Amino acid sequence: MSYTFQFGAIAQYTDEIVAGIWLTIMLSAASIVMGSLLGIILASLRSMHGRAVRLMVDAYVEIIRNTPFLVQLFIVYFGLPGVGLRVSATTAALIGMTINLAAYSTEIIRAGIEAVHKSQIEAGEALGFTSLQIYRHVIIMPAIAKVYPALCSQFVLMMLASSICSAISTKELAASAAFVESQSFRSFEVYIVVTLIYLALALALRAILALVGWSLFGRRVARTTTTSLAEVQA
Amino acid sequence: MPEVLIDNVHKSFGAVEVLKGVSLSVNRGDVFALIGRSGSGKSTLLRCINGLEKINSGRIEVAGHAVGRDPKELRKLRTDVGIVFQSYNLFPHLTVGENIMLAPRIVKLVSKAEAKTTAEEVLGMVGLSEKFDAYPDQLSGGQQQRVAIARSLAMRPKVMLFDEVTSALDPELTEEVLNVLETLARNGMTMLLVTHEMGFARRVATTTIFMHHGKIWEEGPSVELFGRPKTPELQQFIKSDVK
Amino acid sequence: MTLRTFGFSEFGFLLSALQWTILLTVIALSGGGFIGFIIALARTSTRKAVRVAAATYIQIIQGIPVLMILFLSYYGLSLAGFQMPPLVAAGISMTIYASGYLAEIWRGSIQAVAKQQWEASESLAMTRAQQYRYVILPQALRIALPSTVGFAVQVVKNTSITSIIGFVELARAGQLINNATFQPFRVFLAVAALYFVVCYPLSQLSRLLERRLHAGSAY
Repeated sequence: MSYTFQFGAIAQYTDEIVAGIWLTIMLSAASIVMGSLLGIILASLRSMHGRAVRLMVDAYVEIIRNTPFLVQLFIVYFGLPGVGLRVSATTAALIGMTINLAAYSTEIIRAGIEAVHKSQIEAGEALGFTSLQIYRHVIIMPAIAKVYPALCSQFVLMMLASSICSAISTKELAASAAFVESQSFRSFEVYIVVTLIYLALALALRAILALVGWSLFGRRVARTTTTSLAEVQA
Repeated sequence: MPEVLIDNVHKSFGAVEVLKGVSLSVNRGDVFALIGRSGSGKSTLLRCINGLEKINSGRIEVAGHAVGRDPKELRKLRTDVGIVFQSYNLFPHLTVGENIMLAPRIVKLVSKAEAKTTAEEVLGMVGLSEKFDAYPDQLSGGQQQRVAIARSLAMRPKVMLFDEVTSALDPELTEEVLNVLETLARNGMTMLLVTHEMGFARRVATTTIFMHHGKIWEEGPSVELFGRPKTPELQQFIKSDVK
Repeated sequence: MTLRTFGFSEFGFLLSALQWTILLTVIALSGGGFIGFIIALARTSTRKAVRVAAATYIQIIQGIPVLMILFLSYYGLSLAGFQMPPLVAAGISMTIYASGYLAEIWRGSIQAVAKQQWEASESLAMTRAQQYRYVILPQALRIALPSTVGFAVQVVKNTSITSIIGFVELARAGQLINNATFQPFRVFLAVAALYFVVCYPLSQLSRLLERRLHAGSAY
């Protein structure tokens, strides 16, 4: 191959790339926090309230899980202005990511709640806990602890999928890559570098999530946090 | 030349030495019962004989094969040595007949017709002829274990190893499996069995080995060993079993 | 350019584009299935170096965005001197993507087969290849089926990413129609609905298989 790699040509665009990394991190962090909170709320609503609520939550979860993230972004960014809601590309990305992640979190936490045994709830009642206390300590926290590895994998997938937001011109890392590529014409070098950055971000995010899990739930969860991503995909 | 020769075998799992210099000689047609507390090394010894566990030092020879590490040599050895496990380990996706015919077909390359004849024969020996087309999960534990024995026998082994084959079974199911073992023994099969069934060991085994702390603590003709245990450890062991 | 509205012929265009989405999914699952199967075997090899290499491959594929796999194969192959039609670039990158995830799903399935099955078949003098062929893989297949179908849903959805390099599948077709009609809400809802029609039955099938697996007998 006569091609000579010139990674040096990319160095002058460090600022653009760092800005892209920053937005990727911010979008991921914000959607992880909001998406998992929404997931907890929706999964709780689903388990506590009647049939109508359950159907609505299930419909939301199924619609999001069975349509592409890219198309969801298109609807938010291009579709919403049509009904009078104009949002910036960054806001659209944040909304899209949160909506998407919330659906997956709901599904994962729902499975966790269903795995909590009735006997534990009864034990909680026997100990004189209030319903809210039971809900928090006997149902939600153990449920989340149980499915934490699956949640973490979903978070990492969401961070990686944030690259798709470049398609609606959100200026995150993949968009920075496209910009640098258009300026430098060193396509392959740019994408190699940016791919490695994503890989580093994924590893860092997993490490952070393992630490968070360790501090929230103790050792029993931290050890299993590295569970493969494939398992949640399944 | 003994059928099974075990010479000064040492085996460790990590820092824990489970076999501390075990020597044993089994002649053709002998039935050896290995007894002892859990952790005494008796199951490990049995698994070393067909190479499922690799020994650290010493020598094992079975039916003319030296037990080593070479996969090819191990496969030759295993066509002559059958093993039956506590948990049956039938192949759940295959019928009883297929379970029995599989290894003869693909390992010994016998014809389908011959494999079928053999399968029917060994299945008859364990009294389950009518279960040829059943799946393992349609059988009781005792029946599954008898199929596992038949599966091993179909390879025409020279030596059979039994690793606590009745430990997972209810008493009445235990009986039907022990009956099969007794028939095998009477027909002259060379057998080593790890067992908790003291009465069975005493009645059927020609020799009983009492293992303790990774060593052969006491060894002798079964009637003698159970009748007049010499060491306090064996006396204690037999007494605790009676209870 | 005359402004059109989103009507029957536009919907027909979406339907024909859906065929490309499905074709791409089939390519990804068969190509990725083939490579993923080999990687899964390597991942359960008795040789440590082979296991580590396979694990590294899986970790890398699962640690980078599908979009980057797409760009790297698109630009990488054109660097190597191949003029790449988008279908080929899309097919190759989707294959690579699917292989990394399928390998991991199947590794898990192979390792979920009881250890005693290995011991029993080994004791019957089978070679390692025979153990896989006759004892382990038939059982692993059953375990793997629900997750594999579930992953197929992910692949269908992720083929939409290939629209970014200009491959005209369903999502790209939606963009093209939107450019002509300026009815984004209607167009993209129709696109989403078409994806849903393909994905939802697969999701349900995966769930059904999962339930059957757990309700099923000892294996």
